[in-house]
Amino acid sequence: MQNILEIDGISKSFSDIQANNDISLYLRQGQIHALLGENGAGKSTLVKIIYGIVKPDHGTMTLNGKPYDPDTPEVARNEGIGMVFQHFSLFESLSVLDNIILGQKENLKKDKILERLDYLQNEYDLFIDINKIVATLSAGEKQKVEIIRCMLQDPKIMILDEPTSVLNPSEVEKLFSFLRKLSDQGMAVLYISHKLHEIKELCDTSTILRGGKVVKSCDTASITIEDLAQLMVGKAIDNKVKLSEPKQARVLDIKNISYTNPDIYGVSLKGIKFSVNFGEIFGIAGISGNGQTELMKILSGEVGTSDGNQILYHDEDISNLGINERRKREIVFVPEDRLGHSAVGGLSLSENLLLTNLWDLKFFSKGVIDSNYVNEKTVEVIKKFNVQCNDAASLASSLSGGNLQKFVVGREIIKMPKLVVCEQPTWGVDVGSASLIHNFLIEISNTGSAILIISQDLDELRSICHRIAIISNGVLSKPYDANRITPQDIALEMAK
Amino acid sequence: MFKLQKKEIIDQSSLYTVPLIAIGCSLIFVFILFLLIGKNPILAIFIIFIEPLLSIFGLSELIVKSTPLIIIALGLSIGFRAGVWNIGAEGQYTIGALFGGAAILAFYPNNGIWILPLSFFIAIVGGILWGMIPAFFKARFNTNEILVSLMLTYVATLLLSGMVYGPLKNPDGFNFPESRLFHDSGTLPIIFPGTRAHIGFLIAIILVGLMYYLLKKHKFGYHVRVSGESPRALVFSGRSTNYMVYLSFIISGAFAGLAGVIEVSGPVGQLVPAIPVGYGFTAIIVAFLGRLNPLGIFFAGFLLALTYIGGEAAQIRLGLPNAITGVFQGVLLFSLLAAEAFTNYTISLKKIRGNI
Repeated sequence: MQNILEIDGISKSFSDIQANNDISLYLRQGQIHALLGENGAGKSTLVKIIYGIVKPDHGTMTLNGKPYDPDTPEVARNEGIGMVFQHFSLFESLSVLDNIILGQKENLKKDKILERLDYLQNEYDLFIDINKIVATLSAGEKQKVEIIRCMLQDPKIMILDEPTSVLNPSEVEKLFSFLRKLSDQGMAVLYISHKLHEIKELCDTSTILRGGKVVKSCDTASITIEDLAQLMVGKAIDNKVKLSEPKQARVLDIKNISYTNPDIYGVSLKGIKFSVNFGEIFGIAGISGNGQTELMKILSGEVGTSDGNQILYHDEDISNLGINERRKREIVFVPEDRLGHSAVGGLSLSENLLLTNLWDLKFFSKGVIDSNYVNEKTVEVIKKFNVQCNDAASLASSLSGGNLQKFVVGREIIKMPKLVVCEQPTWGVDVGSASLIHNFLIEISNTGSAILIISQDLDELRSICHRIAIISNGVLSKPYDANRITPQDIALEMAK
Repeated sequence: MFKLQKKEIIDQSSLYTVPLIAIGCSLIFVFILFLLIGKNPILAIFIIFIEPLLSIFGLSELIVKSTPLIIIALGLSIGFRAGVWNIGAEGQYTIGALFGGAAILAFYPNNGIWILPLSFFIAIVGGILWGMIPAFFKARFNTNEILVSLMLTYVATLLLSGMVYGPLKNPDGFNFPESRLFHDSGTLPIIFPGTRAHIGFLIAIILVGLMYYLLKKHKFGYHVRVSGESPRALVFSGRSTNYMVYLSFIISGAFAGLAGVIEVSGPVGQLVPAIPVGYGFTAIIVAFLGRLNPLGIFFAGFLLALTYIGGEAAQIRLGLPNAITGVFQGVLLFSLLAAEAFTNYTISLKKIRGNI
């Protein structure tokens, strides 16, 4: 098969960060090519260069034998490159059809689009009710809309950025068979991911990036998952700390959480009940947008709840307490968003340390911040949790996602809390940092702390949790034993 | 077409360069303006911006004019940092003047060192009450605080007029719409004999120091900074966004009310309908020109005070219209916003394409 896209010696730097350093990559017709790498390895920069969003400093690209140097994404699309982004760019309040039409060139007639749509739906099994409002669709369906928009442009190369991060197991299967079909028909697919078993299953070639450089480009069949992981991270990943058995005494006992969302497109919670024991790690799985954020905010006390809710913590009902009253009772919270929620980008690390310690009088004398003590504690977190940064005065926004996450998780764990409530603790975090964070969580649970993890990453939950329940449309399933839960159980609960 | 893109890394030195560039651009603008209307631009700029600094009288007037500007801007800067937009400081200033002035008049002709502190307290309460109205509507019904606070300015002006034409009118004043002149116990002491420079300026200096300390070292300043950067992080830290709305209006209302009573018990010396002269609006420019930093506000307050005094001098000496002060202030704010946009964003030119 011939090369459809050749990338030769692409380099790109942003001020003093070399995002891409002499990257070469060849994409053949009919190939499903994985682009692997930790966060910050340079994957997104490379893709942005291919899609015409970023201009490279050096290097050339050749498309179908002709020099290719797109100025805008529009040029890239006209040349036959389609892109499905990780974050959807859809108009939530419009119908599927309107969204599809809006994505097309002006001169395309509606009948023509409907005709093509019909063909695509039959040929590729991309069925979706085109009259539905996008806000009512599931994440998987929204991705389908994005794919249809992309397919209508008749691309020769399709780029997908972390496409499975929002899908449930059965949707992942469907996506894979769709991509295989494209490849059979001769289309080239560039598949960006850090989920190694998916790459092993789907892709025939892998290019691994680390620190902006290509570390290896190889046949996926000829390499083990462990080797892939090692190439990606650059050093051997620590083995997991062993999980110990929890005690049969409840730390957190949620009798009922119900919540009517004031936002009409938001999710309301219906009669959620579960409990977490001493030394237990309890996972809540589910695709994003099924009530996780709402549940997190009610557990933390950021959102007040109506009467009838009962959150028992050591037999005390804490449902009417504010977030700092809960923190005083040795509960800590790590919400999903690092920048703007659990940390403030424009403030230094030591100022960010204070964010969750404002209730603690040790940090103040008569309301005046004791900056020496704050600095001392910050340095302690940086050292203990291996946060890569200049010093405690570094701005939070200057840290990479993984390092900032280590900081915000470390900031809470260092307090040796009795209960940890975290949401997506390793979201967008590189493999090395993720494994460190998992180990911290397991270690602290072994000392008797109860841990609640809300996450979309099933592999994560299955590897570190004792029990898992699934949230779907604001309803929480019964808990399953993490060792016995099957993908079928999960898919079934997610579909409810 | 043009496209504005936010820069990822912003040079820290822009803290100083942005105000200086804005001042430079505004000077160039008025230079050209004077040229166009046939006045000698160098002479005009000298009279407006340099001459007031060369005499004791000019300097003392600078102190008098900058005092309310600095005090009001200090209060506003808290809300502006936290993302709460109080545009109605003029109204809170007017109510402060009215409440404080009425208190002083109530004790006429009694003497006592306690009269001024008490009237200051009442003025501050008045400013806070007036600020609480937009804060309450914002917190309770999520109304736009910009509109409500701005509209209340006009209500405050009319309320002052109503009182001065009515109950507070000087009984021996031949029916002129003005109050009795304040007696000695209701007048601020002068710091430099023979001028109008009063101890209100010392209060402004103390407040600059206090605000600087609170913002840098105190829990209160920490909340203000977190709120400005991210309201969600503020909630996560344990404070509601409504807390910040109330706090911002309490502080800016209190400061504006204080500035009001200082003005009437200082240079004005009585209540007249023309108490609101726009200090509350000019203070918005002062706050931003000073980069919402107490020390910056101190210097910016002087510059804007200079435009008032210089504008009056230009009116007398060159026959320029009084509007020159407003023109310069407007151009300054405009240049400031533009300079800030150019430092925080890059402009890229894009070819215009057939379809969007």
